[in-house]
Amino acid sequence: MSNIIRRIGQTVVILLGVALLIFIMLRIIPGNAIVTMMGEHANAEAIERMTAELGLDQPFYVQFWRYITGVFSGDLGTSYSLNRPVGELIATSFPNTARLAIAAALFAWVLGIVCGIIAAVRKNGILDHLFMGVSLLGVSVPVFMVAMVLQYLLAYKLDLFPISSGNAGAIGYVLPAIALGWNSAGSIARLTRSTLAEVLQEDYIDTARAKGLRRLPVITRHALRNAVLPVITMMAVQLSSLLSGAVICETVFSINGIGRLAVQAIEGRDIPLLQGTILFSTALVILGNLVADCLYSLLDPRIRKEV
Amino acid sequence: MEKTTLNVEHLCASFFTDHGEIRAVNDVSFQVPKRSIIGIVGESGCGKSMTARSIMRLIKYPGKIVSGSISLVGKELTALSETEMSNVRGEEISLIFQEPMTSLNPVMKVGKQVREVVLLHRRVTKKEAKAEVLRMFEKVGISEPEKRYECYPHELSGGLRQRVMIAMAMICRPKLLIADEPTTALDVTVEAQILELMKNLRDEIGTSIILISHNLGVVAELCDYVHVMYAGRIVEQAETFELFDHPRHPYTVGLMNARASLEQQQTVLDTIPGTVPNLAALPEGCSFAPRCAQCGGRCHECVPELTEVLPGHFVRCHLAQQGV
Repeated sequence: MSNIIRRIGQTVVILLGVALLIFIMLRIIPGNAIVTMMGEHANAEAIERMTAELGLDQPFYVQFWRYITGVFSGDLGTSYSLNRPVGELIATSFPNTARLAIAAALFAWVLGIVCGIIAAVRKNGILDHLFMGVSLLGVSVPVFMVAMVLQYLLAYKLDLFPISSGNAGAIGYVLPAIALGWNSAGSIARLTRSTLAEVLQEDYIDTARAKGLRRLPVITRHALRNAVLPVITMMAVQLSSLLSGAVICETVFSINGIGRLAVQAIEGRDIPLLQGTILFSTALVILGNLVADCLYSLLDPRIRKEV
Repeated sequence: MEKTTLNVEHLCASFFTDHGEIRAVNDVSFQVPKRSIIGIVGESGCGKSMTARSIMRLIKYPGKIVSGSISLVGKELTALSETEMSNVRGEEISLIFQEPMTSLNPVMKVGKQVREVVLLHRRVTKKEAKAEVLRMFEKVGISEPEKRYECYPHELSGGLRQRVMIAMAMICRPKLLIADEPTTALDVTVEAQILELMKNLRDEIGTSIILISHNLGVVAELCDYVHVMYAGRIVEQAETFELFDHPRHPYTVGLMNARASLEQQQTVLDTIPGTVPNLAALPEGCSFAPRCAQCGGRCHECVPELTEVLPGHFVRCHLAQQGV
């Protein structure tokens, strides 16, 4: 238990560090938000007034302090370009990203795990070579490629799915989920195969067979529970990174999610919005890792006891 | 009533690799009389574990039984389907492995792992099965069985883990127990306890035991009958006392001399020169000839037959057969 509490403590510290890092980076990169907002020909006086109004003339540490206290009271600042609270913008975009992420994760996990198990059990068989070949494609072909090929073939040519998913409801999420999950499915399949194949060589698998268990129960009851540990870690990390926004996939399929929000923020030099989206995404990834760790110690009695 | 529990005849098992067939078990025949403990000894790689796995039909890929017969109280095991064979495993024959560290599933409570065998082979409720497991734990000398039932393997010592393995192997009162180096990974004191336990269980339950070991001391203590294996073949078989008193095969003699002895003042242990031959490229004639100090012309020409030199004492050696 204390192990988990210690991990939560670490997580808070990491989050603070990340917030500071983002804050510094966004002030190092070139480009001035005020100039972008007011146009290149705005007079110097107006720019100065605006800068003071937004508190950008204050020393760095004051700005950071204001920001971080704001974050802890739930205030992420106000978007320069959209003139609405950043928190609210994230809250409206997140459900779209979440739907996409969950659909993509389900697609990736079901496909990846099933193929991985079959490949491990039939190691060096035809199915193994087929699945591993396809999964290599999955791991190596970039999202935008898969997204555009799917969009062109299935949406444009065959007209089976809507081209833009924005207002299309559930069916609109099928192609983006496949495009986005493709990569994850490949890595999950390969990991499941290699860990399961390794576990199947263990002595306790022989013990299970010697007990009189048939092949299938040996795999489901004894092998999978051991093989699944690293896979679950990967799943948690994948889900959190999927949830933190899929810039390319959301752009290709016009889904108003966190990823597109971040792109908008970059285009408009909208520092509070960019800061907010990055912080939110990072927090999700870190939380995902924390959940993975907790799950791991729940599932593996050896780690549980080390606590 | 049957007198033998297991009858193995002309068993051959091979690994099929890219470099061709490797015969790991070569024409092995032996019997396990009812309620007896027989030993199979030999160096690593001599085929003793492969013989054990053949009897269980659990040879690892790419190994396979090539020919021969294995019959358990009249039931021909090589002819059974995979499903029928899985009913035999755990119920009629069970197996204990060398490494108690790795032969239990690390993420499952040990009690449940033993209970699984009962649930597989007996029509009982989970509750009854658990009670059965607790009784068995007590019988194999596990103190506080209730508490141990809930333990994971990593929470137990090597000796306790091996006791759990024995409980698992014996809980269905099998006709035959195959113990593949059951004490090699344990302390000497624990080893003695485990051997004693196996002997007691044999007396109580009536299970026949095949003990596989490279430790002659263990074999001498426990076994009624011993088979010495070399390069996939049985080279000598005899009753334990006979074998230890009058070893006939030069290899057996070498094994005996390679032991440390308290009585004799020795500074250097005797060894058998050379190493176990490569099974893929066995020498012509007797496999042991290249390492044998006494070998003569015939030894390099043809493989000696296993012949009875005294009643019940068989040797596969040209010289021993000539009475040298």
